[in-house]
Amino acid sequence: MTDITTQTAPPARTERGALGRLLRRPLALLGLALILLIVGSAIAAPWLVSYPPDQQNFDGLTLEGAPLPPGGPWLMGTDLLGRDLFSRLLYGARTSLIIGILANGIAVGLGTVVGLTAGWVRGWTGNLLMRFTDLMMAFPALLLAICLAAIFKPSLWIVALVIAMVNWVQTARVVYTETTALTERDFIAAERTLGASGARILWHHLLPHLWPTIIVWATLGISTTVLLEATLSYLGVGVQPPTPSWGNIIFENQTYFQSAPWLVFIPGAAILLLALAFNLVGDALREVLDPTQRGQR
Amino acid sequence: MSEPVLSVRDLTVAVDTETGPKPLVSDLSFKLARGETLCIAGESGSGKSITSLAVMGLLPPGVKVDSGRIELAGEDLTRLPERRMRAIRGDRIAMIFQEPMTSLNPVLTIGNQLAEAIRAHDPDADAKALALEALRAVRLSQPERRMGQYPHELSGGMRQRVMIAMALALKPDVLIADEPTTALDVTVQREVLDLLRDLQRETGTAIVLITHDMGVVAEMADRVIVMQSGRMVEAAPVERIFSAPEQPYTRALLAAVPRMGDGSGAAPVAAAPIAVLRDLRVRYDIHGGLLGRTTHRVHAVEHVSFDIRAGETFSLVGESGCGKSTIARAITGLVPHRGLIEVAGHKVPEDGLSASPALRRDVQMVFQDPAAALNPRKRVGDLVAEPLVIHRIGTPAERRARVRDLFNRVGLSGEQIDRYPHEFSGGQRQRICIARALALQPKLIVADESVSALDVSVQAKVLDLLAELKSEFGISYLFISHDMAVVENISDRIAVMYLGQIVEMGSRAQIFGNPRHPYTRRLIEAVPVPDPAHLRPPAPRMATEVPSPVWPVGEGPARVSLQDAGGGHLVAAE
Repeated sequence: MTDITTQTAPPARTERGALGRLLRRPLALLGLALILLIVGSAIAAPWLVSYPPDQQNFDGLTLEGAPLPPGGPWLMGTDLLGRDLFSRLLYGARTSLIIGILANGIAVGLGTVVGLTAGWVRGWTGNLLMRFTDLMMAFPALLLAICLAAIFKPSLWIVALVIAMVNWVQTARVVYTETTALTERDFIAAERTLGASGARILWHHLLPHLWPTIIVWATLGISTTVLLEATLSYLGVGVQPPTPSWGNIIFENQTYFQSAPWLVFIPGAAILLLALAFNLVGDALREVLDPTQRGQR
Repeated sequence: MSEPVLSVRDLTVAVDTETGPKPLVSDLSFKLARGETLCIAGESGSGKSITSLAVMGLLPPGVKVDSGRIELAGEDLTRLPERRMRAIRGDRIAMIFQEPMTSLNPVLTIGNQLAEAIRAHDPDADAKALALEALRAVRLSQPERRMGQYPHELSGGMRQRVMIAMALALKPDVLIADEPTTALDVTVQREVLDLLRDLQRETGTAIVLITHDMGVVAEMADRVIVMQSGRMVEAAPVERIFSAPEQPYTRALLAAVPRMGDGSGAAPVAAAPIAVLRDLRVRYDIHGGLLGRTTHRVHAVEHVSFDIRAGETFSLVGESGCGKSTIARAITGLVPHRGLIEVAGHKVPEDGLSASPALRRDVQMVFQDPAAALNPRKRVGDLVAEPLVIHRIGTPAERRARVRDLFNRVGLSGEQIDRYPHEFSGGQRQRICIARALALQPKLIVADESVSALDVSVQAKVLDLLAELKSEFGISYLFISHDMAVVENISDRIAVMYLGQIVEMGSRAQIFGNPRHPYTRRLIEAVPVPDPAHLRPPAPRMATEVPSPVWPVGEGPARVSLQDAGGGHLVAAE
């Protein structure tokens, strides 16, 4: 009998690594370039700026004591104390990047571990973990952060840790739900009948399916963590002045928004660009890592 | 021939792709007369469902009618605006879908849904009364009570009856039934087909029946259209299609259909058992009440005992919910059980999880849906190598060579091992699953409905492959299926299950040649016969409730005792 349904196989493709495929997407390239630009200028800050970030410049204010708008020697203007905003923004990028990447990374990592464990083990342990997650979710995050920050002496690293402690719960919930759904799928049952160990199923078969979720939460979380740090700074339990961070630049200056809009607008735009850059890369990464999406674009 | 109700002329439906429109249906023409049943037969991807959606004006986004006309009583439906089309849909053309559970709204009562469908087209009608009348027409037991029930409270067959009631409540000119019985058990399929035929006789509705099952075609059709890759291959009255098919494709399709014979064939092998099941019980607790105590139990499998001999195919048949898949899952250690299961001398632990690696090597499973059983994010070569990696067999290079061998053995090319599962067709995917199951050279392969999701021609080839592998490697199969014709074609011995217990067990000749238990007889009689000349004795046509396997704690179903009717043919005592 002739083969009447077997479809012809698609023509062989040139295989590329994940990175190669990522680099072929213009939007991903744009995101990567933005991230490199921000990280690079944060690292190279001492060589790029003409004034230290916390130096109150005598000529940085008008005669009436108002901050100067962008122009002249002040690339981005000056703030209320006559400090160079460009310099503060670059040094602030160091703080914000550490918070945004480190704190958020810990949060997403912790959430993934908790969610995955609870979803895989289920039963008594799983219930305990998830009820604890619910408890953390119900607890006002800001209050918790204030308590933790008040107990420890506020510093950049403590703030990062506090934010991680507050932010892991959403990831845990989402990862838990996906894991429970995945464990019901036939290919996991097939894996069990082959005699695969729990660790193997978790690492090789469940985790790859969770990457899209994890990437989305990780990229979305960056802007929220940067803003949470700003909130903490505003309440006096975040990064301590005069150390700049994008968040505390906004909060220091927000009351003067009408007379000196650049003081809020520029750091705000920086946060937006950083979040956008990570979202673009994350989105592309999600598609590149999913083999079922390939050849459909 | 009288004036056609529906006529389709040169219909071409295309989907937009990057490389321009790609036709899904090309130049299809047919006419449908009043009271006639037209069957559109074909395998997946042949465009039969797209045709029905085009007639309904329900094509998915990106798919549109390119050219041609669809005329309902002289009016071209392809040119009607959506608002006018809505009035025609349900009123003059109605449709029933394959899966009755997903087509009914789970949060509305049956009565409400029916009444709403009627009111949508006739706001002044006494919708409740009409709905009740419609439920009576489809012969549902206790129609008054059904009106207040929700879809999940009804069985699959009853739900499909409700769908039919809804479709026919407004006495449409044309009823389109897209695989209406594919998701149903064979006895229920029988009831639904009989019902459709009775209703057609009473109302004169013309039916377009879309199906892949040539048995259903033979029973229902007046005329048949065979489709392949969007084109009409052959159109003829049903008798001619079956007695003198003209096109090679039609002949191939008919040849692939498993047919039931008289049960004759090779005598069952007499060898030592490879798997022993004794007094197997699987029960699921249902928790309830304030304290979450166990209040009820689902008695999924009750006191099942049988042996599978080395080198034989042992089949479990029965309808959905009879516990046959649960047995498969118990043997492979996926569900905890009570009682004894021993495979190749290794005992399956009662919790299932702590099964020894040696046992895992000897028992492998092939699942129903190959798309679901293959991890979509892994290359197929890695998936087939997975058991070798888990059991630490060979070096990476040796494994790769072994995977290539396995691919060649199951009829795939070794070149394909770096592809992903979604790049293969359904039949190819099932071959990959079989290759994975073979990797450890098991003694027993549990095939749980492994060919049910495949097209007939593919199904026939996968069954051939299984038979070859059996003679080549001396593997035994536990074959689980609801399809009596397939079971008859491949089994050495068969057990028939009903509500968690075995009601009849014996060789193929004993079960099909001399079925003793009434349930076995009903199953065999219900199978559609791919022969339009076949006459069927009339049967009762009421839908009744299926008994439930759920019992309060401490109670349970009466235990069936099997008695030997001669030659190892075990039958439940009445």
